[in-house]
Amino acid sequence: MSTTDTSGTTDASGTAENERAADEAAGAQLSTAPTEDRSESVLGGPRLGVIGWIRWFWRQLTSMRVALILLFLLSLGAVPGSLIPQTSADEVKVQAFKDAHTTLTPLYEKLQLFDVYSSVWFSAIYILLFVSLIGCIVPRTWQFVGQLRSRPPGAPRRLDRLPAYTTWRTEAEPEQVREAALALLKGRRFRAHTAGDAIASEKGYLREVGNLAFHIALIVMLVAFAWGQLFKSEGGKLVIEGDGFSNTLTQYDDFKSGSQFGTDELEPFSFTLDSFTGTYEKDGPQRGTPRTFEAAVGYSQGGAEKKAVIRVNEPLVVGDSKVYLIAHGYAPVVTVKDGRGKTVFHGAVPLLPIDNNITSTGAIKVMDGYRDKNGKKEQLGFQAFFVPTFAGAGKGTMFSQFPALDFPVMALTGFHGDLRVDSGLPQNVYQLDKSKMTQFTDPSGNKLAQRMLPGETMTLPGGAGSITFEKEIKEWASFQISQQPGNGLALAGAIAAIAGLTGSLFIQRRRVWVRAVRGEDGVTVVEMAGLGRSESARLPEELGDLALALTAQAPPAPEADPDAVRHAAPEADPEAVPDPAEEPAEDPAPSGEADK
Amino acid sequence: MILAATTNESLARMSDLLIYSSMAVYTLAFFAHIAEWVLGSRSKVGRTAAALTPRAAAAVTVQVKQAGGTAVLDKPKVVTRAAAGSRDVPDGPGAAGGTVKGDLYGRIAVSLTVLAFLVEASGVVSRALAVQRAPWGNMYEFSTTFSTVAVGAYLAFLVAGKNVRWIGLPLVTTVLLDLGMATTWLKTPSDQLVPALDSYWLWIHVSTAIFCGAVFYLGAVATLLYLFRDSYENKLATGGNPGAFARSVMERLPSAASLDKFSYRVNAAVFPLWTFTIIAGAIWAGDAWGRYWGWDAKEVWSFITWVGYAAYLHARATAGWKGRKAAYIALIAFACFLFNYYGVNIFVSSKHSYAGV
Ligand code: HEM
Repeated sequence: MSTTDTSGTTDASGTAENERAADEAAGAQLSTAPTEDRSESVLGGPRLGVIGWIRWFWRQLTSMRVALILLFLLSLGAVPGSLIPQTSADEVKVQAFKDAHTTLTPLYEKLQLFDVYSSVWFSAIYILLFVSLIGCIVPRTWQFVGQLRSRPPGAPRRLDRLPAYTTWRTEAEPEQVREAALALLKGRRFRAHTAGDAIASEKGYLREVGNLAFHIALIVMLVAFAWGQLFKSEGGKLVIEGDGFSNTLTQYDDFKSGSQFGTDELEPFSFTLDSFTGTYEKDGPQRGTPRTFEAAVGYSQGGAEKKAVIRVNEPLVVGDSKVYLIAHGYAPVVTVKDGRGKTVFHGAVPLLPIDNNITSTGAIKVMDGYRDKNGKKEQLGFQAFFVPTFAGAGKGTMFSQFPALDFPVMALTGFHGDLRVDSGLPQNVYQLDKSKMTQFTDPSGNKLAQRMLPGETMTLPGGAGSITFEKEIKEWASFQISQQPGNGLALAGAIAAIAGLTGSLFIQRRRVWVRAVRGEDGVTVVEMAGLGRSESARLPEELGDLALALTAQAPPAPEADPDAVRHAAPEADPEAVPDPAEEPAEDPAPSGEADK
Repeated sequence: MILAATTNESLARMSDLLIYSSMAVYTLAFFAHIAEWVLGSRSKVGRTAAALTPRAAAAVTVQVKQAGGTAVLDKPKVVTRAAAGSRDVPDGPGAAGGTVKGDLYGRIAVSLTVLAFLVEASGVVSRALAVQRAPWGNMYEFSTTFSTVAVGAYLAFLVAGKNVRWIGLPLVTTVLLDLGMATTWLKTPSDQLVPALDSYWLWIHVSTAIFCGAVFYLGAVATLLYLFRDSYENKLATGGNPGAFARSVMERLPSAASLDKFSYRVNAAVFPLWTFTIIAGAIWAGDAWGRYWGWDAKEVWSFITWVGYAAYLHARATAGWKGRKAAYIALIAFACFLFNYYGVNIFVSSKHSYAGV
């Protein structure tokens, strides 16, 4: 394989053997792409025992073709995760799917289709790809260093076979022309040297640097991503205005962490939600669009008290943790009294929005301290339906018309009995378990339900007490508190990847040769040719420019007998006219194909 | 406030009107292109066939020899040769086929396309002014911007003197389809942006995404035509005799090698920007949702598209995968892009579903 032949300098005046070697070297090493040895891979490998097989396997794994197949598999493997609900994204949806598809579920579970991106098979694909990537980068880097340390290969015998070619005759001496060409190419920042009767030069090494940087950056990003997954923690917390949160495990509403995360690594800090402000567009087609969403918080870290405002796209950063504003809603303040007028519950009850205008629902649960009119211990539950802006009675809709508190109305239905909070089953705080509850009914037997304005009170029938919808309505905000190491590294990798990619795709690596020899009639014949790693319209243009610049010192001589010109080229045989269709294999093609 | 509301509403109405008008002008451009194809003809019968027969190889040879003997030159003439294994076939003359009448209609078509582009662009801008934000909050707005950018990119290629007029007809046809879908099924009079969208990242991430899609589309058209033209050339090279219609259409297109090169350049040039788009999206998601990558459906399909185009670029550097196989990969990658746009928005529930229909 010629790619391993790094001796770039070949004497063109040598034997035919030497010349053929020069031809091959000229096109080689214009990239560091691994060469495909088809005979080996197609025929099913060598009969070489264990070591041989390992070597064969490794060579397969690090070949461009297998990288391509693995890239295919990677994109194919990513598909099911986007169509089947994923545990990591939405556990509730996964459960709903499992309930709806009882026959498919066991199969899906076996195939880890609810956890595609952490599944064994998906991991296998990307780990193989990255092993292959490393196995590809290391030798390519060495090869490239070798190329940098050696010189551009000498000119092939037949320059007129290269993708871009030009020639003219000049009165200048061949040595003069070569000298001028060397100076010209060096001036244009080509690496150039004289090899025999020609100048060999090359430019655009940054392309290779960019390509290597890109592939290395991919590894950096993967490492950063894996690091982040292992050591991350992420939890949610709903906070009502005036309330606080301190960053310990027990305070979270929900909490997830990577396998290597220790809870003692939680950043010690706490904050209180001083106020939440949401303003909305009042008119026009954009009516209702949030204009500001701000959570004003006071936080303390290591004893120091500070104020900050958290906005949707602007998290609060405390040490390694970030506090994101995720959602907001209303928390009406209610007071529940028992039959004797004793307050058994007073507080803000967060309700969950169900639409953009913050129509909200939730449950008010009175767990302790309530006794019915007979003095018997009981629990109370209310189902709440709240709108910040009511359409108006008789408008036919109970849904909110606007997200701000313009015309707040709350509808309540009341229940008594056993809330079953102690049943041992985890319970959703926003829903009532009504299995052991009885709805209050008025004396005529109708179910008790009332639409209330702030300040109004609903009296429970039969002296069971009352519930008041207080004038004060608080807002709540929910926060996500995340700690994810490796973000900076991932970002650095991403930037390096883009930069490397840009270099790799926009810089053209190319070689230019200039040969000047004395023709039979004593006139100097100049030949110039260019070879790029990929065909590019810029290559002939550049060659034309270079040739034009060179004609300043090697002005074209008048037309001579065309036959003489042809004989001027070494070994130019009239029969051996280049024919692309006939013998492409001998062309110094840029990539590995040339090595057959 | 009230005044502002009414100007916004009249702006929104004006935007609708402009989009409809641009559709009318695109329709005229479409007919002008049809006229160009019908009235134009392939000028030199069998250029491709000639280039692919052995006699033609001799013709190439003569050229090389002549170049060798060129006498006094202002600028030395550079002879180029196709890379090993690819055919040396001249580009077709274009839809007009060198006829004056066809060319006239072609020019009319391009002028109408310019006009339609200006009208459509004003429609997009007035929509932006009406909603007072980037006009990329829903699929209707994406679709109108998308076709505007695709036509803009095509016109930019024309202005830069590139041989791309052959894209005209397929482009105008798809733009009409795109706008037709946008105005009938995806129409959203006005809607609210969820606060997460209210960020300067919207401008960065979504504008580059739309740009990438529009230019990938041009690349996909070229790739598809490459496949047709390549089979045509293959047929000729192996002595086949294509039908009169195929001959008439294919002869006028650029050679398979030129189409292939064009689609490679376009796809390769956009790929780093697509990479940037995904990374910008990840940074934004990090700020808005507290995680920069969550395997959300939209993220997954962006990733699949990215891997698809990376595979395409790889294939072009892999022995045995150049040419048609690489072209199929490019088309699959573009199909993934389209699915990410239509499929994920409409059929898959995703955190990105604010881009609702
Ligand atoms: C074993 C794994 C890999 C190998 C052996 C490999 C090898 C190569 C080589 C040799 C090139 C240079 C080709 C050229 O100069 O045109 C290249 C280019 C490239 N590779 Fe990879 N690569 C691997 C993995 C990846 C991965 C995982 C990606 C990304 C998903 C990737 C994306 C690219 C891109 C975008 C180019 C630029 C293509 C171009 O220059 O035209 N590669 N790769």
